Amino acid sequence: MWDWSYAASILPRLLSALQATFIATAWGFALACTLGLVLAVLSRSRFVLVRLTVDGISEFIRRTPLLVQIFFLFYSIPLLTGISVPALTTGIIGLGLHYSTYMSQVYRSGIEGIDNGQWEAAKALNFTPVRTWSAIILPQAIPPILPIMGNYLIVMFKETPLLAAITVVELLTTAKNINARDWRPFEPYTIVGVLFLVISLIVAFLVGWLENRMKQRYTR
Amino acid sequence: MDTATKEEPAFTGSVSKPHQGKPAASAVPVVSYRDVKKSYGDLEVLHGIDLDIAAGEKVALIGPSGSGKTTLGRMLMTLEEPTSGVIEVEGEPLWQMERNGKLVRANEHHLHRMRSKIGMVFQHFNLFPHMKVLRNVTEAPRKVLGLDKEEAHDRAVEMLRKVGLEDKLDVYPSKLSGGQKQRVAIARALVMRPKIMVFDEVTSALDPELVGEVLAVIKEIAEEGEMAMMLITHEMDFARDVADRVIFGADGRIVESGPPQELFGQPKSDRLKSFLSRFV
Ligand SMILES: Nc1ncnc2c1ncn2[C@@H]1O[C@H](COP(=O)(O)OP(=O)(O)O)[C@@H](O)[C@H]1O
Ligand SMILES: [Mg+2]
Repeated sequence: MWDWSYAASILPRLLSALQATFIATAWGFALACTLGLVLAVLSRSRFVLVRLTVDGISEFIRRTPLLVQIFFLFYSIPLLTGISVPALTTGIIGLGLHYSTYMSQVYRSGIEGIDNGQWEAAKALNFTPVRTWSAIILPQAIPPILPIMGNYLIVMFKETPLLAAITVVELLTTAKNINARDWRPFEPYTIVGVLFLVISLIVAFLVGWLENRMKQRYTR
Repeated sequence: MDTATKEEPAFTGSVSKPHQGKPAASAVPVVSYRDVKKSYGDLEVLHGIDLDIAAGEKVALIGPSGSGKTTLGRMLMTLEEPTSGVIEVEGEPLWQMERNGKLVRANEHHLHRMRSKIGMVFQHFNLFPHMKVLRNVTEAPRKVLGLDKEEAHDRAVEMLRKVGLEDKLDVYPSKLSGGQKQRVAIARALVMRPKIMVFDEVTSALDPELVGEVLAVIKEIAEEGEMAMMLITHEMDFARDVADRVIFGADGRIVESGPPQELFGQPKSDRLKSFLSRFV
């Protein structure tokens, strides 16, 4: 049933399909991190209206399926803007937007972990709000949450096959195409599974290393 | 408490004497509280405080815990907003600003400008743990005052030398003793050159053997003279030693106020007598 030489013959094509998977993961993650930070900061705004709006939007995005959002973006962006956006870009926006709401929760936990005295010291030294965030709060809030952020990177990586639904040719689509051509399901899907496993394990290892590093901060 | 206040009408709203041995820099007090009230929810914790602090004056604030000393200092540092009344800093309202000829609630811009005259040292130091000692002291001069790197460095080192920590520039705060941490916090506040500095029980969190080194540093700074100080403290000997004037507050009111010899030597109110008896 399992043919090693056949497996070897399809491996290059699957590996090159990884590129789209990586691109979607990396850019989606970058977007999620950036947007998540904006959401987290805005959700602490002095203005109630800002807080409520931001929290409402986050809640809505988090409580609806990513697949629905990706479909919605794929068909509505061209209609609303009149420009056709590549499927991969749409997928990145969908992934980034969806996970930004989770990431914002992660940031918030980091921010809430900061002692109130840090905010007060910043104010007593007359730091502006922007400087307070950039020089005092975030440099302390982010290192402890880096491992959790790393775990979300893995989660997002594993979610990329959803992009197959909007015609992005990533790893899973490629396996499907191979199966459609050769009628051999075992090798391509197994290889896809193994690739996901191996890459996730590598990232998980790096996250663990990071976690240890973070525990040893500021003790020099 | 009301009776005690009536016994001492001179201390409400009076302009206090300038720092001993120093000519009065100006007649305008550096800080002036006028009928300042503060409530938390339904609970009024300050019932109309009138207090002037002259430029360079060292005022010690004593009183039982819960009497509102911290709140008084925090309102000056703009960490708490008064419920009513006016706090003026060098004659200008702190929490209000003028707009179209009317006093309106201060915006962040106004508070930012006013805060440059005020500094505070906290009970729990609140050092920035992710910055080494030197950076703790240079960060605000660079990012707030906009000083260049060398100037900020020189100023910071000068301050750290003043508090006796010029050999600790390159360590993280976690490596310091409580007394050393508090001395860094003092240097960090001092480097901004405020007109008045609030010290809120800055030795209360320290092991007893470390209290002396911090008080000695504050005393030395006090003797330099120019900066006014609001010294909230439970160290009576220190208050007697350093303060130009001592204020005893209880239950959200100023009960008694005067030069240290007078206040500690001949306390008038029963409240102060019983308070002081706990320290002998
Ligand atoms: N953030 C707050 N919320 C509610 N009550 C407070 C708050 N801060 C202080 N208080 C109350 O105000 C009173 C005065 O407190 P404080 O100014 O800390 O007194 P002191 O520094 O003299 O011990 C106390 O009764 C305290 O419980
Ligand atoms: Mg207090």
